[in-house]
Amino acid sequence: MAHTQEQILEGLAEIVNEIAGIPTEEVKLDKSFTDDLDVDSLSMVEVVVAAEERFEVKIPDEDVKNLKTVGDAADYILKHQA
Amino acid sequence: MTSKIKPAKGAPYARIMGVGGYRPVRVVPNEEILKRIDSSDEWIRSRSGIATRHWAGPEETVAAMSVEAAGKAIADAGIDPSQIGAVLVSTVSHFKQTPAIATEIAHRIGAGNPAAFDISAGCAGFGYGLTMAKGLVVEGSAEYVLVIGVERLSDLTDLDDRSTAFLFGDGAGAVVVGPSDEPAMGPTVWGSEGDKAETIKQTIAWDVYREETDVRFPAITQEGQAVFRWAVFEMAKIAQQALDQAGITAEDLDVFVPHQANMRIIDSMVKTLKLPESVVVARDVETTGNTSAASIPLAMERLLATGAAKSGDTALLIGFGAGLVYAATVVTLP
Repeated sequence: MAHTQEQILEGLAEIVNEIAGIPTEEVKLDKSFTDDLDVDSLSMVEVVVAAEERFEVKIPDEDVKNLKTVGDAADYILKHQA
Repeated sequence: MTSKIKPAKGAPYARIMGVGGYRPVRVVPNEEILKRIDSSDEWIRSRSGIATRHWAGPEETVAAMSVEAAGKAIADAGIDPSQIGAVLVSTVSHFKQTPAIATEIAHRIGAGNPAAFDISAGCAGFGYGLTMAKGLVVEGSAEYVLVIGVERLSDLTDLDDRSTAFLFGDGAGAVVVGPSDEPAMGPTVWGSEGDKAETIKQTIAWDVYREETDVRFPAITQEGQAVFRWAVFEMAKIAQQALDQAGITAEDLDVFVPHQANMRIIDSMVKTLKLPESVVVARDVETTGNTSAASIPLAMERLLATGAAKSGDTALLIGFGAGLVYAATVVTLP
């Protein structure tokens, strides 16, 4: 079942909250994972793996570096979800 | 036709009988690493959990450190060096390809004329050695086997690379594997993923130096995010398989000794494996750094020496690294 951008943002917010302890309301599309949300390169891998499971999508290592903002990740998932 | 070949007579089972470690004298704090890279103590600790590591001096050679660790393991096992039938040494930082360093070590510890050879299996090398040792003891080609993991990774560290300069350490860890009346070493789940050979590697092959003399000495590099994902999520599955094949669950486990690659990998593995809080987790990386093949026996030795773990405890061991290769197994601690 395809997720809407709104559902994906909500899911990402919960994942970032779980991994980095950031309140869900602060996770917005224009926020940078590293600069705004305290998600470093290793935590980013955990976010990606959690997102893969939740949204049934594959995000290869070479694509992870292009996901700078929450919006980048949401767009990627929206485009690649099963 | 009936075969006339008489097989060797092995032991019913094998067990780890003793463990020993050697850490180089010089302790290197993050402050020293920071002289060459643009980073901070806080950054290094938050990315790796490493505060200090030991770096070997000129006298603390691969052989010298191994002899120290082996002597302690043999004494701990309560056997005489002459009883050792095979010496297996795992290392990637002994810079003479032939002869194997294992023969010199066997000679220096007074083991007589045992079978002796080196293993190249990166950070999984100790687990590879342990598995072969178990096989030799049960099959009967050796009654006691000495397995050593030893590294001088400071020699293969690029001190100007801010992503790895702080990571590696030196040291040696050893165990003696011998006969047992009851099972004390579970099945090994091991393997390789050669399609990921480029993920962790030595930067330059030795034969390059034949043509070019101004090339920098090689170092170990890795693709951090790819390695992290593989180590945490793929290796957690391998660790779980080792538990399943040993016929136990995480609830039956007393101790978890993963390869001491990085504290973040260790923490995430513990979470992914859903280990109960009662399980003692080796976190030797904080003061030892990543010592590749030496990390598991060194961490095991420290847990036993400090009393955090005790003889008879059930421990899950997992090594993983360059290859990529891995080996996981459940053992009873000596």
